[in-house]
Amino acid sequence: MKNQSRRDFLKITTISATALVGASATKLFASGNPTSSIDPMGVLVDTTVCIGCRKCEWACKKAHNIDTKPIEDYDNRSAFENYRRPDHTSLTVVNEFRNPTAESKPYDVKVQCMHCNEPACVSACIVGAMTKQENGSVIWDTDKCIGCRFCMVACPFQIPTFEYHKALQPDITKCDFCFERTKEALLPACVEICPVEAVTYGKRSELLKLAKKRINLYPERYKEHILGEHEVGGTSWMYLAGMDFDKLKFPKLSTKAAPGVSEAIQHGIFSYFVPPASLFALLGGIMWLNKNKSKSEPDTE
Amino acid sequence: MSILLPKPMKYKFFTPGVIVITIFALVGIAFVLGRFVFGIGAITNLDNQYPWGIWIGLDVALGVALAAGGFTTAALAHIFHKEEYETIVRPALLTALLGYTFAAASVSIDIGRWYYIWHALIYWNGNSALFEVGICVMMYLTVLYIEFLPIVTERFIGHVNLPGILSKLNNVIDKGLRILDRTLSKFMFVFIITGVVLSCLHQSSLGTLMIIAGDKMHPLWQTPILPLLYLVSAIGVGFPMVMFESVISSRAFRLKPETHILEKLSEMMPPLLGVFIIIRSVDILIREAYVYLAEFSSVSIMFSIELIVGFVLPLRLFMSKEVRKSPNMLFIASSLVIFGVFMNRFNTFITAYTPPYADYSYFPSIGEISVTLGFVALEVLLYRAFVMIFPVISVPTEEKSAKTKYAIRGILR
Repeated sequence: MKNQSRRDFLKITTISATALVGASATKLFASGNPTSSIDPMGVLVDTTVCIGCRKCEWACKKAHNIDTKPIEDYDNRSAFENYRRPDHTSLTVVNEFRNPTAESKPYDVKVQCMHCNEPACVSACIVGAMTKQENGSVIWDTDKCIGCRFCMVACPFQIPTFEYHKALQPDITKCDFCFERTKEALLPACVEICPVEAVTYGKRSELLKLAKKRINLYPERYKEHILGEHEVGGTSWMYLAGMDFDKLKFPKLSTKAAPGVSEAIQHGIFSYFVPPASLFALLGGIMWLNKNKSKSEPDTE
Repeated sequence: MSILLPKPMKYKFFTPGVIVITIFALVGIAFVLGRFVFGIGAITNLDNQYPWGIWIGLDVALGVALAAGGFTTAALAHIFHKEEYETIVRPALLTALLGYTFAAASVSIDIGRWYYIWHALIYWNGNSALFEVGICVMMYLTVLYIEFLPIVTERFIGHVNLPGILSKLNNVIDKGLRILDRTLSKFMFVFIITGVVLSCLHQSSLGTLMIIAGDKMHPLWQTPILPLLYLVSAIGVGFPMVMFESVISSRAFRLKPETHILEKLSEMMPPLLGVFIIIRSVDILIREAYVYLAEFSSVSIMFSIELIVGFVLPLRLFMSKEVRKSPNMLFIASSLVIFGVFMNRFNTFITAYTPPYADYSYFPSIGEISVTLGFVALEVLLYRAFVMIFPVISVPTEEKSAKTKYAIRGILR
């Protein structure tokens, strides 16, 4: 009789555990990130137009309250001697590359977050501190971030950076597409200051049209490749260039969405908690069967 | 007739070896303090190109894998109900308990805002493999502590002896322990099954972690079946870890090695290792990643050492009957498997990861290595302390009434 009630108990526990996790599953997967609109805002960077004045670096720092030298200092071109990457001291940087066909016309390439359509950092973030906004911006929430740096592992462009020198409250820093400015109908700081219109702000679809038009009009000036049109599922920021992008230090990327199969695997393993719950039930069943089997056998000791 | 019963070990805690280990632990702790005062950058070689180092790759990913013995032996003894393995369940449980505790500690010192670690509990991102790992590890750690409780109650029931004025509480505490013990024994099966399910989930999700790094990962390790490989290798390293420790503690406490159980465990090793080797090789073949083995590079060397020394060689050893009968040979074979999984985790998290803008390779700093070694040393010290305080390791005993005590609580009777 005792055995009977235990058996029922196990059964009930298993079933209720399955129901419980099943119910909470709906909540977990409902808490997805806001997805961008079908046609987010973007920026087209024309590296053949950029003159390397680095005014955008200054404007960016001003807009984000980062310490900066006076704007006149940015005329000093010795900054181009070393290849630089964005970090907490500068969310965007310009690098200069030699133009093999025209020595006097080097290519200057602005680097910042690409604001992917399907960002790996957003998918990776353990607490959902990275979010893709409707206007295309990928932004970071300091109130949630725990500083695990998984976004940095995930980013195909190696953009997010971390304040390693801080023992307390280190930030993840990266370009936020001037989210606070665009909210108030202002242009991104770098776009606003650019004296040569090397960066154009607009709807992503319009920018793509513009880019294609430029390539058609000046086929000798451009490579027939818009970086960011298809790379990692498309990005809000896109580039035009006069030489191959890997020579301008862009990583070679496939057209697969940045998070890759990672999300599919996660959802496969969990798919509304059915696989874990089934495993639980299966193990419970095995435990119960083996217990009964060893009960029915005479004690060997 | 004498039977094997878990008993607290009675030895002097400090031996020359233990003192050396203590020094390692202290050095590690010093660097941990340094990290809290001066930040991660001051202690580690991590930077914006290499955001994760050995604190994640080894302390967490490897540490959790090596703690897999906890759930594999629990499954074997309690779910498949093979009673002969009862003697290894408690040492394996203690290893898992300490392993996970220190994996959690490593995460806490690796994340920049360690005081926000609880955010993972309230801000959920179901798409993130790291979230899955975090939640499962926290839950499993709780389960492990609950599974260890019966060992605590067993130690203190009838032995509660508080000094002075507190002695008035002796009876109450003893009663409380007995009630706790009885309640636990009724519900323990739920925790045992939960523990196995949680383990399967996060052992595999640890593999999913690096998949999102995409093209930054070398194709020899970047594969969509990484989670499967991680799960299979974790299950595969669980028993070697148990054997490895069993041989060491039998030396340390001058006990006879449990040859019979070690032999039975080792019989399961060839299929476990074989499955891993087959999945790994077929995956490499299908994705045509073998082209990278034709070139002589650090990557191909690391891969070869991982697969041949760490998996194929121990497979060959475990297949031999002489090896399975000799504790010394089993120790060597088990060490090789542990080395293999060490290499596998190190390679996926460190060797394979090549960020696009680094013209240098990451190598752990003195501080990182000291902390990793320090945590291992602390685990060894705590393990030694625990087996001296609590009945974990089984020794031959004459007690007659022992049979009921011996039966592990929580299985349906």
